[in-house]
Amino acid sequence: MAKKEEILDAAKKAAEVIKEKVEKVAERAEVKEAVEAVTEAAKKAGKAAVAAAEEIMAPAEDPKAEAAPKAAPKKETKVITPKDAKIPEGPLELKWTNYKNHQKLVNPANKRRLDIIVVGTGLAGASAAASLAEMGFNVLNFCIQDSPRRAHSIAAQGGINAAKNYQNDGDSVYRLYYDTIKGGDYRAREANVYRLAEVSNNIIDQCVAQGVPFAREYGGLLDNRSFGGAQVSRTFYAKGQTGQQLLLGAYSALSRQIGKGKVKMYTRYEMLDIVMIKDENGEPRARGIIARNLVTGRIERFFAHAVVVGSGGYGNTFFLSTNAMASNGSAAMQMYRHGALFANPCYAQIHPTCIPKHGDFQSKLTLMSESLRNDGRIWVPKKLEDAKRLQAGEIKGRDIPEEDRDYYLERRYPAFGNLVPRDVASRAAKERCDKGYGVNNTGLAVFLDFSEAIQRLGKDVVAQKYGNLFQMYEKIVDENPYENPMMIFPAIHYTMGGIWVDYELQTSVKGLFCIGEANFSDHGANRLGASALMQGLADGYFVLPYTIQNYLSDQIGVPRMSTDLPEFAEAEKRVQDKIDKLMAIQGKRSVDSIHKELGLIMWDFVGMGRTAEGLKEGIAKIDAIKKEFWTNVYIPGEANALNNELEKALRLADFIEIGRLMAVDALHREESCGGHFREEYQTPEGEALRQDDKFSYVGCWKYMGEDQEPQLIKEPLDYEFTERKTRNYKN
Amino acid sequence: MDSYIDIKVRVWRQAGPKAQGHFETYDLKHVFQGASFLEMIDILNEQLIAEHKDPVTYDHDCREGICGMCSMYVNGHPHGPDSAITTCQLHMRKFKDGETITVEPWRSRAFPVIKDLMVDRGAYDKIMQAGGFVSVNTGGVPDANAIPIPKPVADEAMDAASCIGCGACAAACKNGSAMLFVAAKVSQLALLPQGKVEAAARAKAMVAKMDELGFGNCTNTGACAAECPKSVSLANIARLNREFIGAKFKD
Repeated sequence: MAKKEEILDAAKKAAEVIKEKVEKVAERAEVKEAVEAVTEAAKKAGKAAVAAAEEIMAPAEDPKAEAAPKAAPKKETKVITPKDAKIPEGPLELKWTNYKNHQKLVNPANKRRLDIIVVGTGLAGASAAASLAEMGFNVLNFCIQDSPRRAHSIAAQGGINAAKNYQNDGDSVYRLYYDTIKGGDYRAREANVYRLAEVSNNIIDQCVAQGVPFAREYGGLLDNRSFGGAQVSRTFYAKGQTGQQLLLGAYSALSRQIGKGKVKMYTRYEMLDIVMIKDENGEPRARGIIARNLVTGRIERFFAHAVVVGSGGYGNTFFLSTNAMASNGSAAMQMYRHGALFANPCYAQIHPTCIPKHGDFQSKLTLMSESLRNDGRIWVPKKLEDAKRLQAGEIKGRDIPEEDRDYYLERRYPAFGNLVPRDVASRAAKERCDKGYGVNNTGLAVFLDFSEAIQRLGKDVVAQKYGNLFQMYEKIVDENPYENPMMIFPAIHYTMGGIWVDYELQTSVKGLFCIGEANFSDHGANRLGASALMQGLADGYFVLPYTIQNYLSDQIGVPRMSTDLPEFAEAEKRVQDKIDKLMAIQGKRSVDSIHKELGLIMWDFVGMGRTAEGLKEGIAKIDAIKKEFWTNVYIPGEANALNNELEKALRLADFIEIGRLMAVDALHREESCGGHFREEYQTPEGEALRQDDKFSYVGCWKYMGEDQEPQLIKEPLDYEFTERKTRNYKN
Repeated sequence: MDSYIDIKVRVWRQAGPKAQGHFETYDLKHVFQGASFLEMIDILNEQLIAEHKDPVTYDHDCREGICGMCSMYVNGHPHGPDSAITTCQLHMRKFKDGETITVEPWRSRAFPVIKDLMVDRGAYDKIMQAGGFVSVNTGGVPDANAIPIPKPVADEAMDAASCIGCGACAAACKNGSAMLFVAAKVSQLALLPQGKVEAAARAKAMVAKMDELGFGNCTNTGACAAECPKSVSLANIARLNREFIGAKFKD
């Protein structure tokens, strides 16, 4: 008997050891099943278990071979668990409530002792800076423009989603959550998206209280419009200037706090590095930034207990995009180089209705509202010779008879026709232009035709609905869209990828938070229209001001630190060295000329239709560009003075790295989902083909050093509450 | 149909806030008329960089007429000869072959030149900080539909709110007055019930700040509204005056 018990005991111990070991490996190799299997085996302890355990013991040193044959052992792929991501326990609809009920707070007296740096003054940055200051924290807020009101959020046109259900059309928090998850092609975190939908209603209340003049109905209540990817009308809008009005609302709140002295505003300042200082346990924490005064060229140091970055997206990697000229990804790259993970860099949204490029001098692409596709019909000529004559300028669109027009969206997608989602419409346009049917002098445009709508509705109705857009088009292109079809072409518009953050919006670096478009966000692989404004303001007004307290609550004893500390000096030196290096190149090429070249490579190889072969070629070309940039760029003027070319060069150095990271991520993601389309993974009809069994995870990249390949870390997306489906727009 | 033109660009060059400025004329050949005005400046700058000269410093960002960053005085008009647009929306087809185009920064006492065409418009931010807001904190506000607002009122507030803060109004004004800018914000908020509560105090605070920062007085010449890229109406100034006088009577 006693012997039996001894054996049983030994077996149990052995099983425990195995379990521990396998768990360690499992963490690396993503083999939860292995853990479960061994745990099961351990339970059935006894003589047999001892034997079994002994047997298992040997292969336990290398269980990867069996459990995860594909995991490359050399790379040591780490897995981010829901616990690492700090996803709260409980049912979906209670997670945020539970979090708020149990999180740690900072009392008012202590708030006064804590400084927070907020970088950026867009919807996310301005709303966060204002809200944190209202709560009592001391905020230092930075922007590169001459005023916080100019951040690129201002250019958003369409609207902002919220689950108010004011239209009584069956909307709910759950429905907004579901549409967002589905629109993102099931590549977003369930808990985050649900929280986003939950706080969406507070945003509308807040904005109205600030005096944002949303559109109203004759009864005086708020009006809504419908937008892509939803069956309800949940989009609030202020003419075609919703982004402007929301940003001015946040800017007003921010101005009030600046006036009160709770926010110290630094305009025309650009962050160039983050300062990390180790705590008493030797763990590095973000404790400040190095920023360049863009007017004087002076490099300055700033301390804070925590750093929040809301610096927007990196669409300008493509040079031509709908982003503002100064929008850049450098803040993201600074975080990345300090160990913050860059998640899903390959997810970029290409908007189908932009005014096409018409020359090499082109500096940006102008977006035309998606709403035009409600009445406009998209087509190219059926005959190649017609396309050639159009490209040569010999004929105009209206000269081509009806029977010679190819309404390719209506042909390919009978059910949705011209109203297919953004990614689908963009790819279809590219397909036609690649085959030579493009209609601009460059061959890179398709027609958006209102002649049928004008016949059906009359010119006045069309003018009422779209007049301002038609006018904008005419100003830019100098052609009357009432008489001749408009020309449109896809352009990079928004980046869903960005810095990885946990549920608290904290990056993998302690004390460093990331909000708005700059983080990898709640949009998965594709963002729905009118959801960018929602996310930016949700992060800034209603999420970060809560979650950052959970971090700051144990920082109240940390005194303000001197910026004379060696960590600040070192960070400043790194920045200064980089600037000196750039200024010393004195090559032959302007910054823009190299940036334009990078943009073309991105568009051709990392654009709408990606292939393994093309991406590899793209990476080689980006590497060549990097070399060209660091040996042949020419920057005029002085470093310690106002110098736009130097500013652009610093940003371009990072765009080159981001471009490469986008290509590397796109190459590794062997599936098509949302904004990422790999030509090898499509249905016979040319539709995106997800590979849920292999790629249902967030692809996070860890910086491994200059010119080193980044390391892939996965955050599995286990859909606990929602069933994944395939998007279908044909029938 | 757009074609190519040769032009001379006469640009204000000023090395710094205290430096003496001067005009410099550059020849620019073969400029496509489809290019925007700022793209023309880009072309000029590429040419200057190739010659190892200092490129022209100017403010610009969104290039679609909404950020309010661009601020050029072109041939005697803020944002150039076309109406209801910003400089970035001006295209070279508005100019003729052989033409000399004069480009200057905003000229206004309250907007000192930083370099070349770039000016400091921080004064507008300071006016906003003095009262251009509704005093509500984040959270704890009523439901968005709790207070109905008549559609014409909301629309009028929206028109006033469309100001982009570019500074063209003050730059166009012979007195250098910021009245249209201030009036637009005061009107937007005074029209809406949410902003009405503080309307009088707001008008007083913003006007006082405007005076303090060196902006001139309004003599109703209307140049501001004529040059405003967003066509903000002069009626807003009348509304500001009503709010302001009302507030003074109460004192």
